[in-house]
Amino acid sequence: MTQVNRLTGGQIDRDTTLKFYFDGRSFTAHPGDTLASALLANNVRLIGRSFKYHRPRGLLTAGSEEPNGMVELRAGARKEPNTRATTIEMYDGLIANSQNRWPSLRFDALAVNDLFSNFLSAGFYYKTFMWPAAFWEKLYEPIIRRAAGLGSLSMQADPDEYDKGFRHCDLLIIGAGPAGLMAALTAGRAGADVILADEDFTLGGRLNSETFSVGDHSAPDWTAQTVAELLAMPNVRLMPRTTVIGAFDHGIYGAVERTGDHLPSLPAGKPRQILWRIYTQKALLCAGATERPIAFENNDRPGIMTASALRTYANRFAVTASPRVAIFTSNDDGHRTADDLHAKGVKIAAVVDVREDAPLSYDYEVLKGAQVINTRGRLGLSFVEVALPDGSTRTLDCGALGVSGGWNPNVHLTCHQRGRPVWNEALAAFVPGENLPVGMSVAGSANGVMSTHGALRSGAEAAAAALDLTTQPDLPEAEDAPMALKPFWYVQGCKRAWVDQQNDVTVKDVKLSYQEGFRSVEHLKRYTTLGMATDQGKTSNITGLAIMAEVAGKSIPETGTTIFRPPYTPVPIGAFAGRMTGKDFHPTRLTPSHHWAKERGAVFVEAGNWLRAQWFPLPGETHWRDSVDREVRQTRASVGVCDCTTLGKIDVQGTDAAEFLNRVYANGFAKLAVGKTRYGLMLREDGMVMDDGTAARLAEDHFVVTTTTANAVSVYRHMEFVRQCLFPDMDVQLISTTDGWAQYAVAGPNSRKLLQKIVDPEFDISNEAFPFMACGKITVCGGLRARLFRISFSGELAFEIAVPSRYGDALMRRLMTEGKEFDVTPYGTEALSVMRIEKGHPVGNELNGTTTALNLGLGKMVSKKKDSVGSVLSEREALTAPDVLKLVGLKPVNPEEKITAGGHLMNIDGPVDATHDQGYVTSAAYSPNLNSHIGLGLLKRGDARMGEKMRLVSPLTELNVEVEIVSAHFVDPEGERLRA
Amino acid sequence: MIINHPLLGPRDASEFTYLGDASLIDRPDGTAENAADAFYDYAYLRDNPAGEHRELWYHEAGDRSWLVVTRNTLTHEISKVELARDVARTRGRSK
Amino acid sequence: MRYSGFRVIKEALTGHKGWKPVWREPDPKPHYDVIIIGGGGHGLATAHYLSKVYGQRNVAVVEKGWIGGGNVGRNTTIVRSNYMLDGNEPFYEFSLKLWEGLEQDVNYNAMMSQRGIINLFHTDGQRDAYTRRGNAMILNGADAELLDADQVRAEHPYLNFDDARFPIKGGLVQRRAGTARHDAVAWGYARSADLHGVDIIQNCEVTGLRIENGTCLGVETSKGFIGASKVGCAVAGNSGRVMGMAGMRLPIESHVLQAFVSEGLKPVLPSVITFGAGHFYVSQSDKGGLVFGGDIDGYNTYAQRGNLPVVEDVCEGGMALMPMIGRARLLRMWGGVMDMSMDGSPIIDRTPVQGLYFNGGWCYGGFKATPASGYCFAHLLAKDEPHPVATAYRLDRFRTGRMIDEKGAGNQPNLH
Repeated sequence: MTQVNRLTGGQIDRDTTLKFYFDGRSFTAHPGDTLASALLANNVRLIGRSFKYHRPRGLLTAGSEEPNGMVELRAGARKEPNTRATTIEMYDGLIANSQNRWPSLRFDALAVNDLFSNFLSAGFYYKTFMWPAAFWEKLYEPIIRRAAGLGSLSMQADPDEYDKGFRHCDLLIIGAGPAGLMAALTAGRAGADVILADEDFTLGGRLNSETFSVGDHSAPDWTAQTVAELLAMPNVRLMPRTTVIGAFDHGIYGAVERTGDHLPSLPAGKPRQILWRIYTQKALLCAGATERPIAFENNDRPGIMTASALRTYANRFAVTASPRVAIFTSNDDGHRTADDLHAKGVKIAAVVDVREDAPLSYDYEVLKGAQVINTRGRLGLSFVEVALPDGSTRTLDCGALGVSGGWNPNVHLTCHQRGRPVWNEALAAFVPGENLPVGMSVAGSANGVMSTHGALRSGAEAAAAALDLTTQPDLPEAEDAPMALKPFWYVQGCKRAWVDQQNDVTVKDVKLSYQEGFRSVEHLKRYTTLGMATDQGKTSNITGLAIMAEVAGKSIPETGTTIFRPPYTPVPIGAFAGRMTGKDFHPTRLTPSHHWAKERGAVFVEAGNWLRAQWFPLPGETHWRDSVDREVRQTRASVGVCDCTTLGKIDVQGTDAAEFLNRVYANGFAKLAVGKTRYGLMLREDGMVMDDGTAARLAEDHFVVTTTTANAVSVYRHMEFVRQCLFPDMDVQLISTTDGWAQYAVAGPNSRKLLQKIVDPEFDISNEAFPFMACGKITVCGGLRARLFRISFSGELAFEIAVPSRYGDALMRRLMTEGKEFDVTPYGTEALSVMRIEKGHPVGNELNGTTTALNLGLGKMVSKKKDSVGSVLSEREALTAPDVLKLVGLKPVNPEEKITAGGHLMNIDGPVDATHDQGYVTSAAYSPNLNSHIGLGLLKRGDARMGEKMRLVSPLTELNVEVEIVSAHFVDPEGERLRA
Repeated sequence: MIINHPLLGPRDASEFTYLGDASLIDRPDGTAENAADAFYDYAYLRDNPAGEHRELWYHEAGDRSWLVVTRNTLTHEISKVELARDVARTRGRSK
Repeated sequence: MRYSGFRVIKEALTGHKGWKPVWREPDPKPHYDVIIIGGGGHGLATAHYLSKVYGQRNVAVVEKGWIGGGNVGRNTTIVRSNYMLDGNEPFYEFSLKLWEGLEQDVNYNAMMSQRGIINLFHTDGQRDAYTRRGNAMILNGADAELLDADQVRAEHPYLNFDDARFPIKGGLVQRRAGTARHDAVAWGYARSADLHGVDIIQNCEVTGLRIENGTCLGVETSKGFIGASKVGCAVAGNSGRVMGMAGMRLPIESHVLQAFVSEGLKPVLPSVITFGAGHFYVSQSDKGGLVFGGDIDGYNTYAQRGNLPVVEDVCEGGMALMPMIGRARLLRMWGGVMDMSMDGSPIIDRTPVQGLYFNGGWCYGGFKATPASGYCFAHLLAKDEPHPVATAYRLDRFRTGRMIDEKGAGNQPNLH
């Protein structure tokens, strides 16, 4: 028979029947159910196994605080481990499986741990598994690891999408129970922009779980009516299925909306969840309270739940965990549960109340001054043993036991910015303290106001106070019962009574923690793992603290407080990542001629966010070296073109532009003539080389600065710092034009001839008119404005030509067409790198943030005549000592042998170890011009060791070769070619 | 965090890039006699206060202003935001 | 009391009545030979080695809260010695060797697990830098291996090889690296130091340093003045505050580093993994949680909490690298205050004040350094000279230009 435990009423749609599967068995449910309520309806109490002892476990709660009832939801790549059955909204075809058990839920081999629990007390592992030392990794840990964890990942990429969004409001209300709804009405009717968020799929909070009336309506009806009014307000946004996970600085709240988890499958393009950042001046926390259990012997059997959970299942979901139920309570609220269950026709075996003065009932038996001392039942509760005040015991026959030890306000978000809650004696609970996040206030039971009337009132008042409103709606009548409670945490004398059920922390573990000196709350948590499970101790922390206080002979507030960290409930990592996954992890920047390069079959490489052509293979070239060697040879023999658009470009304008550059660059710029370009060396203030590039003076008050691709952003930032913070009155303006200009290096002996074919005839670019380091504004191709720089990275006669970005593609195609007669080749970053190594130009590998101008052989560039950034600290003793590293060239003595970047240099006959390290290789390449591998390196006293033979070792790559120290300028050391 | 930009109003802090203590505005004179000591102090030593801290933020994803933000390092409360250029001028910096 | 499997069994059979507090709760004496400020990992390790190796028994550790409550209790538990520079690698390798014998040394199982670390690289430049680093490790007697992309895939098939924005080109592996149970490290050192006579005084906040004529005479605390011949400061993120009491400004800023743990999962990650193209590193704890982190928030702070943009940044890195974790849930986030130094490397040195010693600037790498930091600080306190593997960690290195800058980020702490 299906759904044997269904009751009447409730907020489920009986007209529709849904099918679902748990551990392969098929069951039915109705819309409005959670997986938890549906399992109970079908008389399934056993849902999972505990972490350490693999004890059989069922449901403890009906909400997001659930520590026990966790499953693996869905299948395949969408499998979602550790999902709380209490928060899974039922849909047709739902598939769930139990976890942390083998071979099956009912027969779990590791349940043997429970037999040895006495040996597995808190922290036992710190005291053993130490001998012999090697056994930890080889034996003990693998066993522990295999047993660890709860659910398992699919090991497949998450196929769903997640989104991110931003929302703003005047008042964010967190929680849509009586306080939150009343606050939303108050603020909404006053016209404020309100967001009302609740983690549940049905708004109303506990109002959906109660039978009493609000005004003239039942609680659920009043809720429905209020939600309808709020829905109609354009200034109020209702966000069900949305958990506010954290309170961050300056009124920014993180919230996760589960937009697709309740659907059998996601509509195309729709996100599974959305991470919202909600910006608000004011927030009102109406997160309610969580009922806490009492610890007693074997209090963890399936069927033992919080009393309020039983009430929720009965009233909202029309389900009872069993036809026969007992209640164990320390307060009046437990009796309310008994009343409601009785009214639904559930047999109440008895209400066991620890108070001598407990109220009596006509409907069921109340055992006053009694305590539950043990329970029995295999894989689920069958009997409860009760100690009566006269010393006798009694056995109750029941399949469910509701436990109520009082209510803990959900103060979590008040702690997220280090606020500490304070102890409230009357409630025997922590309530929000004074150090709330700025702009946050708290209402309802989250603030310790436990009655429904009180919650409604405090919600209205708090909203009015937050928004400075003078009017509030009339409050509906509602129950206003005081909290009648006797603080009662655990039953004395029990052997094994669970405090943290998921992590299997018992009362005895807490006492052992005290005995061993772990007495602060933080030590208790860390030593016993209390409160560290997936529920973060929502039902256990305070109880653990109370037990610690008792054994320490102190009050609870003297013993400590418990605070909470974000997130309020666990959040999928995918939700935090949003759409920044896969290829969209970072933006991809393409140069204007990217598509041309793609047509040419270029192989691309990531350079920061850019994609750059690495080489251009031709048919028949099977190895990348074939292509790169050819590109180098063709360029040095005739002409090659390389896309260098990615270089940073900064326009510097103003009457003080030259003086500004003079301060920013280590070398002088004040006297650079208009129409000339100069290599610029930029230092950090600590004297290390920050970047190098060129500055071209296009006019008296106009320079164009280039930076390396990698440092385009940081150099611009640095120049703005110098401009705004150091020299605020200089007449100089900066703007990044990196994206504005497409730029190409045209290099090789025929580069001028090629360019002369496209440069408009009125511009003379002959060697006389446009010598090495010249620059100018020109036009090309019949009037297209362009900038031409005669600079060379390759060491050849070379130019860089820049045109507005949108003409980059056309220019590249034109250069290729016009260059055919010269056998022009495009070349990529590899050939670029080979040629710069042949020429001894430092790049990122050499400018690694720890090198000075002196290291790079550029020491003379640091002008002593002026105060530029970095000049003073570059003079420190250790940076100018005689044995500092110097840039050198390296050649293997046997040209067949390879040089590896990252290898270390040792004296030829000396020891090979770290203390005798002489330097390292920064860059290496095969030089098709020298027919040899070559490298650049930084070597102690390198400039004085030309011709010396050294040993290059790279034990990591098993390389050990003899190399000769040579000049870093392998090709054309006199620079004749580039001046040709 | 939210930084109330003096020109643009409140902006999310993730639009900004942080540098450090606003004393970095007070760059010493590199030609002075004691420049080595002064620059060591300037570049390397910090008050690192637990409390109010004046610090430099750059509106990298915005208008590229450098700002001096006065922020409490214990609570993150921001009490003042100024254009670094204005601060630099009041501290005697010019050309 | 000696801990052992035998002892655990015996206690289990006799009701666990014999377990004693792991450390005493003594009142402070009027005077100690050495006072260590800070009952974190480094302070407690210092006390252990000072008492056990250097024979100093009249030692106190004063802690403002509860021991192990600072960064040793809020880190991502990674232990490794994969450094590049001469000033660092011998020190961290010394530390790793101490880790390898730690449990036997202190008779406490800190669950040091040498499951290895892989630092992934995604560009040729990164490969070259890791090659240099791996070679430096081997030349210093440590272990290192360079894997190509296929080898990485064989060991970590779940990483994103097919749809990556920055494809994995290989990785630098140190097999002897791993993780340790962070809290247990503090407790183990505390237990051993206590057994060797060290007074561990909790809830005792230092409110001032008594300095006369340039000599430190002791500490003013919330429990009164405590005299000392030598005072060592090991307070990590609070370095600026405590040394400020001596009128010192440090080459250090305090920043927050956030860390994260997921819900417990059945084992999926065999080793520690660091992403080379984003801010993300991860390992899996013995309990099954994915323990991960990324970059510091980047602004000066003393608050042990961070903000959402960095949380998102870290998770983006995680999803880019291993998209199978999308449905794993982030359970808890927390922040630790880091003493970020001006070159990313630490300081273990005397100070201009006689009798006052400083240990700090660990940035976010302090946990792995705990044993060697304690050992070397103890050496300095006992002998007044630096331990041979810590000679580079001088306070004056920024003045002379002897920075130890692994990243090459220069004098900007939040870039290290």
